Amino acid sequence: MGIRFLHRTLKNPTVLASGILGNSKDILERVHEAGCGLVTLKSIGPEPRDGHNNPTVIDLGCGLINAVGLPSPGYLNMENEWAELEHRDFPIIASIYGGSVDEYRRVAEYVSSKKPDFIEINISCPNSEQHGMIFGINRDSSRAVVSAVKKAISVPLIVKLTPQAPDIADIARTCEDAGADAICAINTVGPGMVIDIESKRPVLAFKKGGLSGPMIKPIAVRCVFDIYKAVSIPVIGLGGITTGEDAIEMVMAGAELVGIGTAVRYRGIEVFQKIADEMEAWLSQRNLTLADIKGAAHKEGE
Amino acid sequence: MMTKPVMDQKPLMLRVTENKREAPDYATLFFDHSLAFRPGQFVMVWIPGLDEKPYTISHHGPHRFGITIEAKGVFSRKAIALTKGDLVGIRGPFGNGFDIQFSQRSAVVAGGCGMAPLATLVEQLPGDTTLIHGARSKDAILFPDRFALAREICTDDGSLGHKGLVTDLLERRITDGGSLDMVYACGPEIMMYKVFQLCETHGIPCQVSLERYMRCGFGVCGACVCGKQVVCKDGPVFGSEALREMKDFNKKALLKSGREVDLSLYFSWRCR
Repeated sequence: MGIRFLHRTLKNPTVLASGILGNSKDILERVHEAGCGLVTLKSIGPEPRDGHNNPTVIDLGCGLINAVGLPSPGYLNMENEWAELEHRDFPIIASIYGGSVDEYRRVAEYVSSKKPDFIEINISCPNSEQHGMIFGINRDSSRAVVSAVKKAISVPLIVKLTPQAPDIADIARTCEDAGADAICAINTVGPGMVIDIESKRPVLAFKKGGLSGPMIKPIAVRCVFDIYKAVSIPVIGLGGITTGEDAIEMVMAGAELVGIGTAVRYRGIEVFQKIADEMEAWLSQRNLTLADIKGAAHKEGE
Repeated sequence: MMTKPVMDQKPLMLRVTENKREAPDYATLFFDHSLAFRPGQFVMVWIPGLDEKPYTISHHGPHRFGITIEAKGVFSRKAIALTKGDLVGIRGPFGNGFDIQFSQRSAVVAGGCGMAPLATLVEQLPGDTTLIHGARSKDAILFPDRFALAREICTDDGSLGHKGLVTDLLERRITDGGSLDMVYACGPEIMMYKVFQLCETHGIPCQVSLERYMRCGFGVCGACVCGKQVVCKDGPVFGSEALREMKDFNKKALLKSGREVDLSLYFSWRCR
């Protein structure tokens, strides 16, 4: 089920979502060998950052709540990783974040020099220049960061959107106009909170956290559906995909590729091959191809 | 009211029923609750308002389990000071546990608090199992009267047993007592590495229990990766075959930021 995505050919349409595993070349290689078409390196930030204290990730049965807090060695402290990644035989997305447009630009420019196959910018971070408002919920800040990063890099740019945006399709269109080569949607939903009623405290040390997994899938499908209508660049759809049928549904909403993260919890690292196989089986039983069903849910009156 | 089970989801809040001081720097927290558990697995222990850390189960009965903690850093100092009635959140168990080979000639090698995850294993193994236990000094020998089987002891300062390393005793056991079918080890990573090397030299399969900084406990966040292995999910117990391929074993570990550093730097950070 090889598939062309921008300038690369992938062995299948599955993508490792950022923030899941992704901490080293070795583990990315294992995920690739376990059947993943495109792996994402854990988000890289402007400074060394520990992230939050535990508990940071809790399984709620219907998905996860997490506030890991974007830990990163900082973009200048990853020379070993880059040296190892230089000799890879699989494509990678390097995910980056920042707290200001200039931080995004600086990190992106440096990371681009290390030649990942794609750069993904996570615009779900609070924008320090706009009093902590999240970049990706506002058209102006989204445009500013995307156009600054696009000018600074020499690899295709993927923009990862947050469902917190009041009109995610409008943000997607703005990012496309500002130079994005692809959209990735959605990031975690929320934030939400879980309180332990015995100790009377929020379970997460950071108190609030993003929701992922099966409980957010309908939101993700709706977002991808809306984005697909609004843009002409490809969309990586993710949010709650656990089975091949979930992935097919996301493709019908308009996704070119399907991201997988939380499902690693429920089906192991082998989930990538399993989902790719299940997609292929579903399609071949119906004599269909991925291209036949992409965006199929948008057709009216058939 | 039906008792809720400890699960690998939201922490279950349990009250400490006993805090037993085992040695100057060691205490065991007991909880009167059942726990589905295999030797070598671990639970995440949450002290509300402080942090959550992985600990193995050192005592396990049908209605009671215990967690033995060595006071090293901020969290563990607070943990050994908990008293009867204090609330602690437990989620788990996580990880694979030891692959127990019952009917064979085996040895268990513990270094310091590495005795904690091995204790429930020792209780399941036959009486002719060799048990080797090393510690800094006599004071730091955990559970001195606990096991039916004899224990060979070594200490760094010679205050009890052989003055030297557990690998001295293991090598002697192999040379004098004939080969072994399995060696189980837990302790400082350098010790486990030397045990592994010794076992490799003599063609003996071994299993060791690794430690890395953890977050989720169930194999998604990637904080604890070691080479191609995810310590919380694929481990924490790894057999010879996995260890041969694990290039970061006894070499590298990730800090909380995800930065890869030499093991010595990692351990000095972990003890803060």
